[in-house]
Amino acid sequence: MKLYLLSVYQPDGNPPSPEVLEPIMRKVHALREELKAAGAWVFSGGLHEASTATVVRVKGNDVITTDGPYIEGKEHIGGFTVIKAPDLDAALEWARKSAVAITLPIEVRPLMDQH
Amino acid sequence: MPHPPVGEADVEKVFREEYGRAVAVLVRYFGDIDLAEDAVQDAFTAAVQRWPSSGIPPSPVGWIITTARNRAIDRLRRESSRDERHAQAALLLSNEPSHEEDAVPDDRLRLMFTCCHPALAPAAQVALTLRLLGGLTTAEIARAFLAPESTMAQRLVRAKGKIRDAGIPYRVPGARELPGRLRVVLAVIYLIFNEGYTASAGERLVREDLCAEAIRLGRLAMMLVPDDPEATGLLALMLLIESRRAARTTTDGGLVLLAQQDRGLWNRRLIEEGQALVRHCLRRNQPGPYQIQAAINAVHSDAEHAAATDWRQILQLYDQLMAIAPGPVAALNRAVAVGEVEGAEPALAIVEGLALDRYYLWHAIRADLLRRVGRYQDAALAYDAALAWTDNAAERAFLQRGRDAVRPH
Repeated sequence: MKLYLLSVYQPDGNPPSPEVLEPIMRKVHALREELKAAGAWVFSGGLHEASTATVVRVKGNDVITTDGPYIEGKEHIGGFTVIKAPDLDAALEWARKSAVAITLPIEVRPLMDQH
Repeated sequence: MPHPPVGEADVEKVFREEYGRAVAVLVRYFGDIDLAEDAVQDAFTAAVQRWPSSGIPPSPVGWIITTARNRAIDRLRRESSRDERHAQAALLLSNEPSHEEDAVPDDRLRLMFTCCHPALAPAAQVALTLRLLGGLTTAEIARAFLAPESTMAQRLVRAKGKIRDAGIPYRVPGARELPGRLRVVLAVIYLIFNEGYTASAGERLVREDLCAEAIRLGRLAMMLVPDDPEATGLLALMLLIESRRAARTTTDGGLVLLAQQDRGLWNRRLIEEGQALVRHCLRRNQPGPYQIQAAINAVHSDAEHAAATDWRQILQLYDQLMAIAPGPVAALNRAVAVGEVEGAEPALAIVEGLALDRYYLWHAIRADLLRRVGRYQDAALAYDAALAWTDNAAERAFLQRGRDAVRPH
């Protein structure tokens, strides 16, 4: 079994209206239950918007703290799930289901094996 | 024991025919592409040393696979840094009976789907397929695609790294994914064929190898997925195009158009095989783009001379192709058929409406149609534009002859 990170990329700005969001959240919740029932769920979380992010850098002995996300852009990671899957095809199938539920693109990345 | 003399060419032949099989079996054993490739290389090196004195074994591929497996196990034992999984595999395998050839077709199909996985970029799919299933060296692939060898090497390393790290599986996809995944495999094979056939530049010998390789892969695909009519259609299409190779160029490398080709030079054996496959597709009646294009080529192959070509049937087939797979290039080819059935004027009207001015054939076909309707000055300009879009010497010479014919007197 391998671990995969499924990230949701969402546009910055105002979240959709409750009428739009509510059915999406219901589907996301149902998918999480499906992942858990299949033994594929490891961890998941939704993130506050990118403007709440803080970046910390070290330069020599100084710590530089800046407001905002590391990468400027119009879209940022809005949430993620770590899943267990036998191979990429299985992970891509969970990503397909996630993309259908969330209606946003999902990026799939393998985690390194832990030694 | 006496045996016929064995030279490097004999080993080379086995290499060309069996490299993909051997790698596919070794990947299944060890789950590691690099290890499989290295081991199969080792085995062929051993064959070059051993076979001249021992003779070619009764089953060359069996010998290669057994030798490669033993070499791989040796490597794993030597390299203690390889992880536990490999060590376990090696232990398991030392006792496994070897019926290597039994499961072979499935192994190559598995490898084909791994190489053509949609999570890999098309250029990487092509390179991996030629490398792992065709046994072409990185340098050969780089030459064929006019890419620097370092670029091609990097592309292969990255692709193999993604297969390993992202866990791209080594198996035939399930029924739900299979049709879509098979389309990718066929597209990769046709891309290899086209690169060999309509090269924009490059060394001729390598190009012919690419066509032969694509046809070999096409035969393999048809054998492995006999239920898919498009796999059959693709093989038929490639065979029918390939059958005209000898007639397509003059002895000094000049290009000869279909209408002017010496049809006596066409390869009858390839035509008969291709046409039989087309008939087989027609009986199944599940048309697809490759099958229709094969049928169009079969109609050309039927005509004893150019004037005997059944252009009405070809036009009907292009109409069918446009209905299921519309595209500007198909529309351009259909326009050529319109030019034969209805005349140059309506064909020219279709061509003018296509946004293909970066494609040399669009200019070349437009130039020919302009010449036929008597617009010589426009035709000359169109030939110039076509010349500007191709570096292929044979095609340039052909266009130059057309250009000279409409030169103002």
